[in-house]
Amino acid sequence: MSATIVSLPDQSTARIPKMNFITKENGLLSWLLTGDHKRIAVLYIISLTFFFFIGGALAGLIRLELLTPQTDLMAADTYNKVFTMHGVIMVFFFLVPSVPATLGNFLIPLMLGAKDLALPKINLLSWYLYVAGGALAIYTMASGGVDTGWTFTTPLSTHYVNTNVLTTGLAVFIAGFSSIFTGLNFIVTIHKMRCPGMTWFRMPLFVWAHYAASILMVLGTPVVAIAIVLVALERTIGIGVFDPTKGGDPLLFQHLFWFYSHPAVYIMILPGMGVISETISTFSRKRVFGYTAVAFSSVAIAVFGFFVWAHHMFIMGISNYAVLVFSLLTMLVAVPSAIKIFNWTFTLYKGSITFETPMLYTFGFMGLFTIGGLTGVFLGTSGTDIHLTETYFIVAHFHFVMVGGMLMAFLAGIHFWWPKITGRMYPEKISQLAAVVTFIGFNFTFFPQFILGTLGMPRRYAAYPPEFQVLNVFSTAGASILGVGYLLPILYLTWSLKYGEIAGNNPWQATGLEWQTQSPPLTENFAVTPIMDHEAYDYEWLEKQREKEVASVG
Amino acid sequence: MSDSTAIAHGGHAAPDNTHAGGHEHPAYLRHHFENVEQQADAAGFAMWLFLLTEVMFFGGLFTAYLIYRNWYYPAFVEASHQLNIFWGTLNTAVLITSSFTMAMGVWCAETRKQRGLVLCLVLTFILGLGFLGIKTVEYKEKIEKHHVPGFHYSLSSFTDPVSDPEIYKEYHDKPLALDMARHTEVYFSLYFAMTGMHALHMIIGIAILGFMIFRARAGAYTSGHVTFVENFGLYWHFVDIVWIFLFPLLYLISRHQ
Repeated sequence: MSATIVSLPDQSTARIPKMNFITKENGLLSWLLTGDHKRIAVLYIISLTFFFFIGGALAGLIRLELLTPQTDLMAADTYNKVFTMHGVIMVFFFLVPSVPATLGNFLIPLMLGAKDLALPKINLLSWYLYVAGGALAIYTMASGGVDTGWTFTTPLSTHYVNTNVLTTGLAVFIAGFSSIFTGLNFIVTIHKMRCPGMTWFRMPLFVWAHYAASILMVLGTPVVAIAIVLVALERTIGIGVFDPTKGGDPLLFQHLFWFYSHPAVYIMILPGMGVISETISTFSRKRVFGYTAVAFSSVAIAVFGFFVWAHHMFIMGISNYAVLVFSLLTMLVAVPSAIKIFNWTFTLYKGSITFETPMLYTFGFMGLFTIGGLTGVFLGTSGTDIHLTETYFIVAHFHFVMVGGMLMAFLAGIHFWWPKITGRMYPEKISQLAAVVTFIGFNFTFFPQFILGTLGMPRRYAAYPPEFQVLNVFSTAGASILGVGYLLPILYLTWSLKYGEIAGNNPWQATGLEWQTQSPPLTENFAVTPIMDHEAYDYEWLEKQREKEVASVG
Repeated sequence: MSDSTAIAHGGHAAPDNTHAGGHEHPAYLRHHFENVEQQADAAGFAMWLFLLTEVMFFGGLFTAYLIYRNWYYPAFVEASHQLNIFWGTLNTAVLITSSFTMAMGVWCAETRKQRGLVLCLVLTFILGLGFLGIKTVEYKEKIEKHHVPGFHYSLSSFTDPVSDPEIYKEYHDKPLALDMARHTEVYFSLYFAMTGMHALHMIIGIAILGFMIFRARAGAYTSGHVTFVENFGLYWHFVDIVWIFLFPLLYLISRHQ
């Protein structure tokens, strides 16, 4: 591929700027007590990667066990603990904070032309809460684990299992506050910290997506917090709120839990959609088609997202009318997601497309998210849901959205902003290979699970009838390819910290404010408070800026 | 914006109150804000958002209350007779008074009256403790009557109201059928969960008040930087308002049916 937009400074003379947020202060304490949003983002990247690998290793164990129909690698109750911890760690300690806490934290002040998030101490506190929650979750796993599934469904979690429900619940509760504080910080920053000229409709769509996700974090997370408190009280004292023998209703727990946990899937995907809006514009050299529609579709997803939770409970005994209404509302939430996909596709139309790594991941996202989203419509239809729910179809559906969607977007974002964060480029060829390997591995892993689901293989069992083995072997083989796809970036990104090419301010010739400052940025981001005098994604403005620079230097 | 924003100065506000540009800033202006208004604006907005999360937190409990109240109406009526209106009303009065002293405290901070501020904070502190004291008396009553949900929960006040003469004298409750009587436990679960969560918020508030009294004596809030006092005031009023909802729901409504 000869066509590329990458424009790097002359490597023989280029240097990483001496003064930047990494070199500003030295020593471990200067990192652990920092208020700088960029340093906190780096702390998050390191800790998130750690939890991702624990969650990933557990996924590997699950796939290994499912290689054969019998329970041979581990006993059934161990398997239950493994998939529970996989879910808990991946959902609460990777997916929910993934893009917001790392890229969002790093970029939102930069994109808005601000010096920092509005509440730097709260930002640091949220990282400590995250680490504390994560440490507790790891401790739980080491001291015997928990086997309720990540959903803590009552009465299983309150009456029947004898594993560490309380400590896991506490871990999720603590991590929840981390998430609340991150969301709160973003909302305040977006409202109050925009630089002169940065109107709402000049903000990058990345910021809009985070704004919508933050609303969900702030409004949804407290509800799961109280649900967990009630589970804890039920388990310890037996207060009876979820206990049918005392007149409580176990279904109430599911209502409270999914009131958060359904919006939580939008917390997980919306920031990823924000990343895609940035990359697709940059690598097509075009303003995102229908900017306003994409911005509002983020908010629409956030709003609709709060009114669909009961579609997780179609077979749990809610009334037929409730099924009807929630099925309809679930269809509605597909509309704003489709608006985004169509607008991104139109952005590509007649654009000057190049295929750098972030763009490859972006294409991966668009294809896989579309499949994941459309299969969601199958599940929102009550008739098919009754057949497909609690089977591998569900597993495949949410892995297409979460792994195929969010993880692809996360990797797209990490590659895209890697030069901004570190000042150095990642190696292009091998990372393109990694993107392709990830895509292939992903499809091998999860596409067979759609078929398994329609054939009726139930989820959450260590053993299965022998006729399902072929597809399971496919899936496990795919998982090992996927594992390679995830290991590669860790290796070459670490390598690039020292040996990568110097990136310069704006290697992609992108338009966002974050690209108009040095890489890595200064501690307070900009030497002069920027003034936003153009629309977002204005490539003509960028062209004029470059001409001006050439003229003034010449 | 002034020239001072053009200078990338690290760390927190310079101790000499001035930036390299020679532009005057109060010491409490954090380095990443352009001016004092923006800082106060952001802090206030963040506090309101935090209170919104608190509304959602209590919202889960109120939802549970609403549902079970509709399902187990007779049990909820009879169980509410066990609550002492006198203590409840007194506590409401104590709490509203504490909100008044807190509001006066905010006013004192804004008008830079240090002695007034300390006095108001101490009064609020004492009234907060008073509330918790009265709550303890009420909880003690419940414990003695075995109305705490769990293993020792006793149904006798509801299946055999005459055995509880004090309440019977006043309300002449009819005995509840066993299955309905058992649902009084759900009422008390919600009573303890809701008032307990409320009390936890009071305890956190009182702890912060203690800290604030120390700082106020050192003159921290009477030199123009009142954001912390204002935001704490919002928190205190919020906790008060939660009680304003809890009191009628748990103590008052449908009591005489």
